[in-house]
Amino acid sequence: MRWIRRHFIGFIAILVLVYLFVPIAVVAVLSFNNPEGKYNTRWNEFSFDAWTNICGVPGVCDSFVISVRIGIISTLVATILGTMIAFGLVRYRFRGRSSTNLLIFLPMATPEVVMGASLLALFLNLRFPLGEMTIIIAHIMFTISFVVVTVKARLQGMDPGLEEAARDLYAGPGATFRFVTFPLVAPGIAGAALLGFSLSFDDFIISFFNAGTVVTFPIYIWGAAQRGIPVQVNALATLVFMIALAIVLITQLVGSRRRKMLEQEISRNSSSVDALVPKS
Amino acid sequence: MVAVVPTSSAKGAVVTRRKSRTGYFLLLPGMTWLAIFFAIPFVTLFMTSLQAPVPGKSGQYTPAFQLSNYPDALAEYWPQFLRSFIYAGIATVLALLIAYPLAYFIAFKAGRWRALMLVLVIAPSFASFLLRTYAWKTILADEGFITTFFNYLHLLPDDRILNTGIAVIAGLTYNFLPFMILPLYAALEKIDPRLLEASNDLYASAFKTFRKVTWPLSLPGVVAGTLLTFIPAAGDYINSELLGSTKDRMIGNVIQTNFIEFRDYPTASALSFVLMAAILVLVFTYIRRAGTEDLL
Repeated sequence: MRWIRRHFIGFIAILVLVYLFVPIAVVAVLSFNNPEGKYNTRWNEFSFDAWTNICGVPGVCDSFVISVRIGIISTLVATILGTMIAFGLVRYRFRGRSSTNLLIFLPMATPEVVMGASLLALFLNLRFPLGEMTIIIAHIMFTISFVVVTVKARLQGMDPGLEEAARDLYAGPGATFRFVTFPLVAPGIAGAALLGFSLSFDDFIISFFNAGTVVTFPIYIWGAAQRGIPVQVNALATLVFMIALAIVLITQLVGSRRRKMLEQEISRNSSSVDALVPKS
Repeated sequence: MVAVVPTSSAKGAVVTRRKSRTGYFLLLPGMTWLAIFFAIPFVTLFMTSLQAPVPGKSGQYTPAFQLSNYPDALAEYWPQFLRSFIYAGIATVLALLIAYPLAYFIAFKAGRWRALMLVLVIAPSFASFLLRTYAWKTILADEGFITTFFNYLHLLPDDRILNTGIAVIAGLTYNFLPFMILPLYAALEKIDPRLLEASNDLYASAFKTFRKVTWPLSLPGVVAGTLLTFIPAAGDYINSELLGSTKDRMIGNVIQTNFIEFRDYPTASALSFVLMAAILVLVFTYIRRAGTEDLL
């Protein structure tokens, strides 16, 4: 009885984690399905076809490539702009800070349908042609805020003593930035870029409003949902999920190993320092 | 850049002034982007919401000041508005109930598994949002395990889950759960575990410790999490479209079809504007009520 009470919350926590992964398991399992009829929602029989012929259905891989391209371009621009803002906010003093913060916060608190509609209203009124360009503009817009928040957190968590030490050792502002500040912030920037790419790659609502005739991967899925989603889509989505998970797990692992090695180094050095200092 | 000439000020003041110029330079490109493509579109959205149709030409509108677009749109679509807020509200409460134990476990009990569990919370978003929602069609199917189970208990008013409001709420709860877990975790993680021990030492029951110590201290996370869940859920139309029937449409569906299919831009713009305004009012009163203004 006490054992159950002690582990009850852990049991629920694991149930919730399982719940988070149930739909993904369904997507992955159905990628090995040979569906009966056009709707791939019920298990019929095992088949490798979708995986061996992943571009077999016209349009699937084209839309996938378009989404990857849009994701890379918008992530690149948003990461640069967002990182600059984060540095500006943390390191410099200026007027209008609260309105700046509000303009960064609001895109995260606005429903996508409102952002998509308002941006479309702008493009329609300017008679700006819809297409890949307008999707990229939209994606940069809603990704910037997430980059700012992520990089800002990393910058604020940094030990200011490290930069002071570099300056005390006669490093100029350029060298301090290159050898101290940037390497320390880099993991935050990389995390922000990964987040930005996944937001852009998976975005449907805002893209759909501003796509014109361009078909991104989510827009393809949306269209296919009415007439039956090809099994290949499940295979591609499973592949993307595995790759992303692998990247995150590997960076986590490398990060914790590096931290552990650093700690060992420090403890070894400090013990040698202790040995030099006569004990009183 | 170095041409900042010290006038009468001391040397230190020059440095700060030059620094602040660099600050503006760093902010300028990104903030300009947000101003042009986030802030200004709200102005055009408002202007579009007041446009009048060109007689005889469907899908064409001229600039006007037709305020009647607002009451007209609300009179026609208030049920979808109300439904959006009800569905999003229920989904938010459910998400809070589901997320809290997990966030609590990660913050206090996970030990060396903490980082891995946080990765697992974020990982589902790496699989397509649309496909994950579509997968619920399989999970909640009429002949499926879950529907059969609830039917056995006679708990379902329509004898089914799929294509009802229940499925839409289930989808919303699932899809926005990580937005609830992460802020909750961030708030819980800041709590000093010694406070919980102290409460325990003073003979408070586990329930009392939760009610008097843990819950109040986690409130900033509760507020942030409920907002980050409620706002996207209220504007969502993917769950309603894929998992619900035409009787379960939300305001997002209406805005989307009016904008893209019917090309009724003024109505769609008016509805978007009202949705945004309603959410902002709700957010600010809620934050004030909860006494967490410094969240912003």
